[in-house]
Amino acid sequence: MSFPWANHYEPKHPLMQWVDQRLPLPRLVYNAVGAGYPVPRNINYWYNFGVLAGVALMIQIITGVVLAMHFSAHVTTAFDSVEHIMRNVNSGWMIRYMHMNGASFFFIVVYFHIFRGLYYGSYKAPREVVWMLGVVIFLLMMATAFMGYVLPWGQMSFWGAQVITSLFSAIPLVGETIRTWLVGGFAPDNATLTRFFSLHYLLPFVILGVVILKIWALHIPGSTNPTGVEVQGPQDTLPFHPYFTAKDFVGICVYLMLFAIFVFFMPNAMGHPDNYIPANPLSTPSHIVPEWYFWPFYAILRAFTINFLWIPAKLWGVIAMFASILLLFFLPWLDSSRVKSTAYRPMYKIWFWVLVVDVLILAYCGGAPAEEPYVRISQIAAAYYFAHFLIVLPILSFIEKPLPMPNSIAESVFAKAGHKDAAAAPAGAAAAPAE
Amino acid sequence: MVRFLGFGVGLVFVLVLLVAALLPRDDVPADPIKAIHEHPRSAHWQQDGPLGMGVFGTYDRAQLQRGFQVYKEVCSACHGLRLVAFRNLSEIGFSEAEVKALAKAKDVPSINSQTGEETTRPALPSDHFPSPFPNETAARAANNNALPPDLSLIVKARPNGKNYIHSLLTGYDETAPKGFDVPQGLHFNPYFHSVNIAMAKPLNEDQVTYADGTKATVDQMAMDVVAFLQWAAEPELEKRRQIGVASLIFLGILTLLAFLTYRRVWAGIAH
Repeated sequence: MSFPWANHYEPKHPLMQWVDQRLPLPRLVYNAVGAGYPVPRNINYWYNFGVLAGVALMIQIITGVVLAMHFSAHVTTAFDSVEHIMRNVNSGWMIRYMHMNGASFFFIVVYFHIFRGLYYGSYKAPREVVWMLGVVIFLLMMATAFMGYVLPWGQMSFWGAQVITSLFSAIPLVGETIRTWLVGGFAPDNATLTRFFSLHYLLPFVILGVVILKIWALHIPGSTNPTGVEVQGPQDTLPFHPYFTAKDFVGICVYLMLFAIFVFFMPNAMGHPDNYIPANPLSTPSHIVPEWYFWPFYAILRAFTINFLWIPAKLWGVIAMFASILLLFFLPWLDSSRVKSTAYRPMYKIWFWVLVVDVLILAYCGGAPAEEPYVRISQIAAAYYFAHFLIVLPILSFIEKPLPMPNSIAESVFAKAGHKDAAAAPAGAAAAPAE
Repeated sequence: MVRFLGFGVGLVFVLVLLVAALLPRDDVPADPIKAIHEHPRSAHWQQDGPLGMGVFGTYDRAQLQRGFQVYKEVCSACHGLRLVAFRNLSEIGFSEAEVKALAKAKDVPSINSQTGEETTRPALPSDHFPSPFPNETAARAANNNALPPDLSLIVKARPNGKNYIHSLLTGYDETAPKGFDVPQGLHFNPYFHSVNIAMAKPLNEDQVTYADGTKATVDQMAMDVVAFLQWAAEPELEKRRQIGVASLIFLGILTLLAFLTYRRVWAGIAH
């Protein structure tokens, strides 16, 4: 795996040698996230979000397993069992608030992670598969989060399930049948709740599996870096441990502090008050909204308001919403610019920030009621979203003149550090880990 | 190939969206209710602590007990509190004997152990508050077809919960604008989403007599009962904030140590 100058695992203790000859698991860890994995020395804090997403996934799995011990997956008891967790289970409120806010925090770090990938060209050759596995994880996360939100069986749980599953009924001819099959009835009910609970428990482990594949695929070329120039030799890298374990740990601590502020002082800030009302199929909330992390896609769904080319507006919306995520699979081929880092792409840099603002506008409109001016704004913003990936990026790749790039990571690093002679690789360039 | 296909798909989506954006909109008549409806007034809540930040604040036990008295003597006629057990009242300062007595005063459904027939028995501290109506139909029948919501989670189940309920309880004195007809059987309250609420004005001056001599103004009773209902919805609040402060101190020190470690490990390494 990875580069020829990577440190080799040489267990000193006889016990570790014994284990290594029979089950080389310590070796695997050493090569994956230990001193045996060389990382570009210049990666900045934006590269912390992958590790943070892993931390968020583990927090969700651990808290989720504990919650499942006390949760009762039945429409008559689900709501009350969540309140039982909040009131009677020792520290149950903490576990539940961690799980609730943990989902939001997972999406926050994943959105940062995705935009970091967009900025530094992490989707480009030879990392297309890493990127595509990331999109698979994102889709699995969305499915998991949606089904998890249904479990407390509050008003937004029920009506969210009603709205989202009804999307499938937009499929011509077989839509209604598919929806009935997915929901297990004509409206969300106990059959829906139990299957969502089962899948909500299953999918995080599927995500974990894909994460392992993704790390595997990542370790072949290694991470990108802010210069976008590939690693050329030992002077460009530092071993993951101790350098990046130490650096990532600072990020994890800051992440946990922000997480603690939400869990302990504003646990319901990112939730919807209606979900503290038990589900009532006979009373529709005035304003049904999904969780905030779905708002950009919800805005795209609702932006299609006209029947066009014999296709009804609802079907347009559903196709566009799925397309808005699926197009990310094709991103490595849509953007054919060979320059990875946006730092050297003067035109793309502008469009990148336009996209960031555009997605924030879509998110705002997705959370707002479906009335003017939000509908019109989301139509224009959604148009830009598709234009950005499908029209602007392919054209930019042809017309843009990239800025001159450094010859190597080491050159850029030592130029910045004031070392005139880049060839004189200083101590620590290929340093062995501090024992 | 991907780029050509993508280009076509992109053009179609952009076309559909821009056509939809450029189409003229039907005139939506302004909702007259919106002009009358008012947002909750912000009250000062001592349990939110300094600056209302909700970091150090704790419940005032005396206020919670006054609020419980308002709930017991006024609200509980129509509104349940089904997620709260009598035993929980010990958390707001009632003694074990007082909790037993409070429970005993209420009857809960039971089964006669001799005959198996349905009956009632005095509640035990482990019982939850009994709901005032046996079922939704009975509740609606007694309330002009309106359903009084259970109050266990009401503070968390409404946006800006505390201020909303306080404004609602004290908002009955405002009069409807001229020409606005309040439907039969409903009451004008500008803080309610439809400005017409089925609940009649629940609190009047000196409706309850506080044992601690606090003057029972409408505002005082509203503040007290909202504090009690916040406790009912968030009984863990004080512990949560305590643990929160402790974890932030711990994580703050850990972050500092992590940062110093990082500086030490990276000392002299250009990056």
